[in-house]
Amino acid sequence: MNGTAAALPPSGGTDTWEELVTAALLGTDRRTPPGVAPGPSAPLDLLDRAAAETVRRRAGLRPGPAAPRPEPAPGDPRPPLPAAAARRLAMLLADRPGAASGGRRGAAPDLMELLPQWLATANARGYAAPPQVLPALLDAARGRTDLRPAALEFAGPRALWLARLNPDWRFALRALPGGGAVLPRPEETDRVRRLWEEGLFAERVALLAAVRSREPDTARELLTATWATERAEDRLMFLDSLRTGLGPRDEPFLEQALADRSRNVRATAAELLSALPESALAARMAVRAAACVALDRTRSVPTLVVEAPHECDAGMERDGVVPRPPTGRGERSWWFGQLVEAAPLATWPTRLGGRTPEQIVALPVTDDWRGELHAAWCRAAVRQRDPAWSRALLGSPSAPEAGGPGAVSLAERAKLLGTLPAGERAEWVAGFIATHGLSEAFQLLGVCAVPWAAPLGRAVVDALNIARDAGSYPWSFSGVMGLAERCLDPSEAGRLDALMAVPDEPEDASPGAGGYWAEAFQRLVTTLRLRGVMREELEAP
Amino acid sequence: MTQQGVRWTADQVLALAADDASRTAGSKLGSAGSWSGTGSAREEAVWGLCKGSGATPYRTVVDLADPSGPAYRCSCPSRKFPCKHALGLLLLWSGGEPVPRAEPPEWAGQWLTERRARLGRNTEKGEKGEKTEGSAADAAGGAADPEAARRRAERRAERIGAGATELEQRLADLLRSGLASAEQSGYGLWDETAARMVDAQAPGLAARVRELGAIPGSGPGWPARLLEECALLHLLDRGWLRRAELPDGLAATVRSRVGLTGTAGGPPVRDNWLVLAQYDTADAKLTTRRVWLYGTGSGRTALLLSYGPVGRAPELALPVGLALDAELSAYPDAGRQRAALVERHAPPEPTPVRPPGVTTVEAAARYGDALRDDPWLESVPVTLGDVVPTPDGDSWQLADADGGAALPLTSSAASRPGLWRLVALSGGAPVKVFGECGHRGFTPLTAWPTGAGEAVPLC
Repeated sequence: MNGTAAALPPSGGTDTWEELVTAALLGTDRRTPPGVAPGPSAPLDLLDRAAAETVRRRAGLRPGPAAPRPEPAPGDPRPPLPAAAARRLAMLLADRPGAASGGRRGAAPDLMELLPQWLATANARGYAAPPQVLPALLDAARGRTDLRPAALEFAGPRALWLARLNPDWRFALRALPGGGAVLPRPEETDRVRRLWEEGLFAERVALLAAVRSREPDTARELLTATWATERAEDRLMFLDSLRTGLGPRDEPFLEQALADRSRNVRATAAELLSALPESALAARMAVRAAACVALDRTRSVPTLVVEAPHECDAGMERDGVVPRPPTGRGERSWWFGQLVEAAPLATWPTRLGGRTPEQIVALPVTDDWRGELHAAWCRAAVRQRDPAWSRALLGSPSAPEAGGPGAVSLAERAKLLGTLPAGERAEWVAGFIATHGLSEAFQLLGVCAVPWAAPLGRAVVDALNIARDAGSYPWSFSGVMGLAERCLDPSEAGRLDALMAVPDEPEDASPGAGGYWAEAFQRLVTTLRLRGVMREELEAP
Repeated sequence: MTQQGVRWTADQVLALAADDASRTAGSKLGSAGSWSGTGSAREEAVWGLCKGSGATPYRTVVDLADPSGPAYRCSCPSRKFPCKHALGLLLLWSGGEPVPRAEPPEWAGQWLTERRARLGRNTEKGEKGEKTEGSAADAAGGAADPEAARRRAERRAERIGAGATELEQRLADLLRSGLASAEQSGYGLWDETAARMVDAQAPGLAARVRELGAIPGSGPGWPARLLEECALLHLLDRGWLRRAELPDGLAATVRSRVGLTGTAGGPPVRDNWLVLAQYDTADAKLTTRRVWLYGTGSGRTALLLSYGPVGRAPELALPVGLALDAELSAYPDAGRQRAALVERHAPPEPTPVRPPGVTTVEAAARYGDALRDDPWLESVPVTLGDVVPTPDGDSWQLADADGGAALPLTSSAASRPGLWRLVALSGGAPVKVFGECGHRGFTPLTAWPTGAGEAVPLC
């Protein structure tokens, strides 16, 4: 009755009640239950009896038998979150995007945007999640794939236990290797080998990655053993996992993969080999690339002369050079780019009279080959993680061409910056912003370490201030503003107080811009304060 | 904190919020960046200007002098109460941010002075206590001509009697032609009858009649459910028509079930009341807030009701898991635990106390016992001691940690997000759960972990 399927009605009442229901359904004109005489009083007599029966049945309800209890969730050994931090988390999770009024962002912080940072800090401190927030955390991670790794790490073992009970959260089981099963450790050789030979694809990928991160050679040996029998797509995925911990001892295996049936596998093997400057492939590429570039000393200024290859021979193709250029590109420059990209950068100082990378980058290049050559060097510097060449190719941040479309695009600059140490990166971007302003800086800011180093933070704030004084609207800078809210060091908040006032409007300014800027700075300062508080809450013992 | 007096914690402030959205919005405003011209006078009032989306900042004042709870005034158009600005201001003040002590500016001072003068007058007339418990019917009665009031009550009783008689007739017609016919007639028939009951000034009858309309569409087993509700409605009609023959307690229950709200006249009970649960239900016109309290000294369970127009949170807001020192006065009906908040002596504070728990068998027996005093009762408040939330097919049950008995969750409780908070909190281990236990099953409202840990609201 009434959904209480597991509750038992008192014995003996069932038949009487069923008879009453049947009579009521058909009507007393057609049927009367036993004990009720047909006639004008029959309906109310029936109701009298039904009322007594209803109350009797309800009063006699008893609990039903218990279903099998769920397995208890595994314990979480991490220390509990400090109380203030737990409340903060609940608040961040309650702030659904779109819950606030859309459109203009107002002066209040975007709490949801702070969640990734909060999770990263909590994970770094090694706190356990309070169990009652797990549903909200899983819901947030379900909606935002970028949150999943950090959210699931923080959520811990109980979240997986929950995810098995609720189909909405099945993603959490998929996101974890082997559906959350514990992977064998590399030293458990037999279990590793059995899982590698018998496991599902996802389990095997996870196993390979896990072993590779601890014992690179063991991982490669596992892969070598079964290589010949793997499918082409799987080979590509497995090969990709060798990026972690790539070293000279991987060369023979990669060299063998250069002869693979699948073109994608060959290309990936070649790419990995070219990242090993000592490899035979790198040496072959160095010979080929060096043959294309010569220094012409007969001119008044020594100049680089480029002679792109005339054909893509079988050897080049075997070493990963893609013969067919994309539409709109000439074959020869396409081949040339690939050769220079894959050649070790150390080739060039030797080849070019012992010049430093700076001197080489400064050399003029004939026949419009400069763009092609420098772009290929950029790709090589990124692939070989070479800070010296990156520095040379980036040049001075205040150089006039740094801001405009020079030989090196902003996207390439951002990648080059990624090879430099964090402090140097921040300083270069600070210099760039000081000279060129913010309009081109977004991409570059994205590669800087968070929180921003002091000089970088100051450069951004100064540039925002200049933009405001120039009279434009703040939403032209909303991307940088949003980054600043998340990345500026919270301790900078104090220096920003003066910017929150609404300034007198200069005559040539956009109408109302002053107020909007004050609001944008208010949001910036409020967000920074909040981040400072968040961090303190997580510091608490 | 250099100022004297008791400054609140952020928890106490957030407990005042009407809902999660206000809590979030308020906490965003709880830092100095949003505010200017803030000040506080002793620990009795705090004010400030909050920059909103318009040109003029909002003027926000909070009066903290009244021990029965803070009062708010804000020039923003929000219908939330307290609004996010008031919450933000209190958070700013509670968080130790610099709020200078000062004399209130004119706009704040005027309101504070007027309010305190008004309060003073009220206290003199001995009319405190109506602020939170706005029972619609006859809160203000009594003071006027008693003879006229008696005549009014008599006329109303006659009307209700006529309504009950008419309703009996309709139920008899329905039973004569059969419940199957109700399936075809749909809501129309019941809506019209409900309107007749509203005319008869019997809102309790009207509400029951209206609910009958939804039963034929409620899925398998509806004839049994419809017969149950018709039978209980018939029982209530008969109870009203023969109320003179009933014992006093049952007669009071019938009166309140029909829709005649009595006044909270029971002797005031002062206790440290633990807030067990707070939740809202809404119909087309009204938001009803229910707050369950547990007297840590007296062991009594009490229910406070508070109402708000639709789309607006009722004024009364009490934080689950905290305890407040207050006086309650009971309503006269026998079966239910409804009470009115007469006076608060101190703001809510954390407490380690948890209500004592019972087994699922005892909980079901408690509901059965309560039906003796009020056969119309849907459920009783119960705390289950050690139960494990257990999946049972498509639904869930709360199973005794020791023993083989389990109470099923009501189908609505099994589809709410609170269920998952409960399951997560338990993790397969026993928890203590407060909720409503009735013939539809158990509705969990608040849970406590076995070890240390605060109360987790589930509704």
